Amino acid sequence: MPQFDPSTFSSQLFWLVICFVGLYWIVSKFAVPRIGDILEQRERLVQDDLDRAESLKGEAQQALANYEAAMADAREQARTLINKVTSDSKIAAESRNKKLGAELAVQISDAEQRIAAARDEAMSNLASIAADAATDAASRLAGLDVSSGDAKAAVSAAMAAKGAA
Amino acid sequence: MATEEHGGEAAHGPMEQFEIKPLIDLNLGGYDISYTNSALFMTLAVICTFSLFWAATHKRTMVPSRIQSIGELMFEFVAGMVKENVGKEGIKYFPFIFTLFVFILFGNVLGLLPYSFTFTSHIVINAALAVFIFVAVTIIGFATHGLHYFRLFCPSGTPLPVAIVLVPIEIMSYFIRPVSLSLRLFANMLAGHVLLKVLAGFVISLGIFGIVPFLAVGAVTMLEIMVALIQAYVFALLSTIYLNDAVHLH
Repeated sequence: MPQFDPSTFSSQLFWLVICFVGLYWIVSKFAVPRIGDILEQRERLVQDDLDRAESLKGEAQQALANYEAAMADAREQARTLINKVTSDSKIAAESRNKKLGAELAVQISDAEQRIAAARDEAMSNLASIAADAATDAASRLAGLDVSSGDAKAAVSAAMAAKGAA
Repeated sequence: MATEEHGGEAAHGPMEQFEIKPLIDLNLGGYDISYTNSALFMTLAVICTFSLFWAATHKRTMVPSRIQSIGELMFEFVAGMVKENVGKEGIKYFPFIFTLFVFILFGNVLGLLPYSFTFTSHIVINAALAVFIFVAVTIIGFATHGLHYFRLFCPSGTPLPVAIVLVPIEIMSYFIRPVSLSLRLFANMLAGHVLLKVLAGFVISLGIFGIVPFLAVGAVTMLEIMVALIQAYVFALLSTIYLNDAVHLH
């Protein structure tokens, strides 16, 4: 086997050392720093983007919170406004009712007075009508001529007796 | 030279592909340091790595191109492995582990190209890497923990009767590390390439039925690509695990 021919060892080892050291130099001075640089740069870029996204997310959340606060504020304002309007209209309605009630009460008492007057008048008229009727009845039935004064007195006596009975 | 010994009778044998052929004869202080096909492919591995990472990083786009993705993937793969196994202290050893990974990876993958040479199929290369890792890990262990590093062989709280059995086993397993590390890669690469060569030899000799071994060569090549990646990963992974022992003990 050529692998176990010691006469080739010295040249193999010599060139191994040369090439390996050369390659180590290339790797450590060229490949590793450059690739490392690229990777680091990319990582920084990605990290920057992530940071920016994070801050934007924070801003968005802030905006959302502001919006919600504004909404809650507006809702609160609307509620107080509605409450105010309702209570105002209630008060107005109550006062209107009261006024109307008073007017009606006045009208009712007026009407009652008018009714009472009308009744009194009717009652006083009733006595003269009854006296007339009694005079007429007496003259037609009995041929008696009763004076209107007597008739009136008799009617009022009868009414008083009826009222007493 | 090895080429002359094997040249005649084994010219088309499955072992021919492993022969070291000098391309440029060089000599340093009596030692033969000829630039060989093995050295050529090590150089190619270095050039491929440099080209890959040059292509991957010269545009530097935020959304990576394909080649940049490959570079980043390899980087993050090895970085993740080191971080997971060694933790933060492992970062300073990351370039070494990364070099080890790409070197073996390109050695394995380039070796799968037809007519190419697989330098990781030579035990002396793997052994040199494994012994270097072993020595480095041992030095790091003693430098970090001093004599406490011997606790690696006997975890605290071990009862004496267990320790009598455990300590020799632990010591043996510690010293067997470079052997298993280098032999694993060597055997995988050797077996894969011999199998491919033997199967490929049948393609011509079986005539029309050569289609069967031909398809088998295709399938085994797929398997070997996987093995090439996995063995590079395993070598680097075990190195980080040994490193973790040295940095953190148990």
